[in-house]
Amino acid sequence: MMQGNDACAEGAIWAGCRFFAGYPITPSSEIAEYLVRKLPRIGGKFIQMEDEIAAMGAIIGASLAGVKALTATSGPGFSLKQENLGHAVMAEVPCVVVDVQRGGPSTGTPTLPAQMDMQQARWGSHGDHGVIALSAASAQEMFEQTIRAFNLAETYMTPVILLFDEIVGHMTERMVLPEEGSVEIVNRRQPEKSPDKYLPYEKTENGIPILANFGTGYRYNVTGLCHDDSGFPTNDSKKIEANILHLTEKIERHRKDIIRWRELYLDGAEVAVFAYGGVARSARRAVKECREAGIKAGLFEPTTIWPFPSEEILDIAGRVKAFVVPELNLGQMAREVELAAKCRAEIHKVNRVDGDPITPQQIVDKIREVV
Amino acid sequence: MFNYLEYVREKNLPHIWCSGCGDGIVLKALIRAIKKLGISKDEAVMVSGIGCASRTAGYIDINTLHTTHGRAIAFATGVKLAKPNLHVIVVTGDGDATAIGGNHYIHAARRNIDLTVLLYNNFIYGMTGGQVSPTTPRGKMASTAPFGNLEPSFNIAGLAQAAGASFVALGDVYHVQQLDKLIAAALQKKGFSVVEILTPCPTAYGRRNKQATPVDMMNWLKDNVILKDKLDKMTEDEKADKIASGVLWDVEKPEFTAEYDKLIARLKAEKQAKE
Repeated sequence: MMQGNDACAEGAIWAGCRFFAGYPITPSSEIAEYLVRKLPRIGGKFIQMEDEIAAMGAIIGASLAGVKALTATSGPGFSLKQENLGHAVMAEVPCVVVDVQRGGPSTGTPTLPAQMDMQQARWGSHGDHGVIALSAASAQEMFEQTIRAFNLAETYMTPVILLFDEIVGHMTERMVLPEEGSVEIVNRRQPEKSPDKYLPYEKTENGIPILANFGTGYRYNVTGLCHDDSGFPTNDSKKIEANILHLTEKIERHRKDIIRWRELYLDGAEVAVFAYGGVARSARRAVKECREAGIKAGLFEPTTIWPFPSEEILDIAGRVKAFVVPELNLGQMAREVELAAKCRAEIHKVNRVDGDPITPQQIVDKIREVV
Repeated sequence: MFNYLEYVREKNLPHIWCSGCGDGIVLKALIRAIKKLGISKDEAVMVSGIGCASRTAGYIDINTLHTTHGRAIAFATGVKLAKPNLHVIVVTGDGDATAIGGNHYIHAARRNIDLTVLLYNNFIYGMTGGQVSPTTPRGKMASTAPFGNLEPSFNIAGLAQAAGASFVALGDVYHVQQLDKLIAAALQKKGFSVVEILTPCPTAYGRRNKQATPVDMMNWLKDNVILKDKLDKMTEDEKADKIASGVLWDVEKPEFTAEYDKLIARLKAEKQAKE
C-alpha cells in the first residue's frame, strides 16, 4: 500500500534522481517528506529552499552538475517556478517538476482536487517552446510516470512536467514495485568529442544536444539568452530563429515516442470519453456501465498531456458522434480536443470546479444525453 | 607579463561593457586570484544572474552558468550541493542580488553554503538604463528617481553578515591590489563569502550625479573608500560619507555541504552497524 505522492518519490529514486529541492506546499509536501529521509541514505541530497523560485533554480544547477534532479509543488508554486522553468527549456537542462494540482486561481482550494494547471503547464512560461507533460491515474502510475518523466528529460534534454492531481496524490492504494533491474533507465549522453571540438548546443543525429556535466573538463557557457551552438549569446537573426524553432521542433519531431494513451471500448464506440488523471477513474466506470446498458461508449485516456495527441483525436473524431470531456476545470483540455477534432465530432463538457470529484454517474448522464 | 588570455574566451571580445565601467577590472582581479590560488579551470563554476556584472560569465574560460534575474545564488546552491568539490563563484550586481534576489542572498548566508559571491555594487541598474537600486544613496538621481532618491539604501555587506555569512569584505576597483587579496581570501574561505565591490557606472549613474567622467568616479573611490582600521581611527566628522573597506567579518562556522556530507556518512555508519 502506498500513497500516490510517496509512489512518485519512490519512482524518482528508481529513476536515479539524487537531488531534490522544494518548498512546502499542499497537496505535494509528502514527496519532499519522503525524499528528505531517503536521499541521504543513498548518497543523494535534499534541500528545502527559501521559496519555489529558488527550488526550481537549484534543480537546474544540480542537473548541470550531472545529478538527476526533482522538485514538487502545486498551483501557486508552479506559477512561481515558471520563469526558471523557461530557463531549463532554453538552456536544455533535464529535470522533472511535479505539480500535484489543487484548485485555483490564487490560493484557491489547497486541500481539494482540481486539474486547473493543464494549460499553465503548456503556456505558463513566456516564449514559444515545446513542452512534455505527463499525467497519472493511480499510485502505481505515479511511480511509473515519474520514471518515464526522468527518462524523457534525459533523452530530450528538457524539463518534464508531471501533472498529477490531489485525488491520485493523496490516494493510498495497492501497488507493485518492479523487480530490481527490470526498469529501463535512461541517462543523458556525454560528449565523445575532445573538449576543443565540443559545442554544447550542436545538434546530434536526433536533433538533441549533448551537455557535458560541469567539472568534467568541458568548459562551456549556459544561458537563458538566445544562443548559438557554442552556447554564447547571439544577436544574429538566423541563429535566433534556429534556436527558437529548435525548442519546439525537438519535441514535435519525437511525438510518436512521447505520446502515450490507454483505450477502453473505443472500437465501435459512438461516444468517446476523453479523461485523464483522477477523473479517468470515474470515466472507466462510466463507460463500463454504459456498455452494460448497451450504450456504445469508449474511453480515450491520454497519459501524455503535452505534446497533445492531436492526430489520435482527429482519427477518433472521424469514427464517433461525439466526445465527452469530463475535467476538474472549465474545459482546459476540452479546448484542445475541439481543436484537434476539426469539427468532425461534437464536443460535450462535464466540468466541476467546486472541489468535489466528478462521479461516474455525472459522466454516464452526459453520455446518455449525447446519445 | 600576466597572461590573462589563458583565462579569457578571446572570441567573445570585445566585451559589452561601456568605457569607464569597472566590471572588467573585477574580471582581471578574479583571474589573478584564481591563478594565484591554482584553482583548476575545469573545477571552477561561475554562476551569474542578469545585469552588467552578470555578463562576466561570458568572458571567463571556466564552467559558466548565466541564469535568470536575481536567482544566481539559488542555481549556485544546486551546483554546489550536487558536486561539493566544484569551486562555485557567484557574480551578481546590487539590483540582482539585493532587490529581486534578496531572499536567496540572505538565506544562502544563513545556510552558510560554500559559495564565493562577488557582488558588484555600482549603485544603479546599469543595463536597463539607470533605474534606482537598493544601494542608490538617498538624494541621488536615477531615471526612476528624477527628483532624487527618497529611499534609504541597503548596507549590503552588513546584510550578509547579519544573515549569517562567514566572510564579508568590501573592496573597490580603484584599490586593485587590495581587491586581489580580498577575492583570494573569499575564494579560500570555506563558507558563504561575500566581497562587495564598488565599481563605477559613469554611463547610467555618474552622468546623473555630478561624476560625469570615469576619472571623476575613480577619484571618488580613491577619496572615499578607506581601510576599515584607518577609518576606525578617524573622527566622526572625517568619517562622514566614507566607506570602510577590507575584511569586515571573518568567522568560522559549520558549512552546509560539509554538514550534509557528515549526515550521509552518519546514516551509512548507522546502517552498517545494524547489519
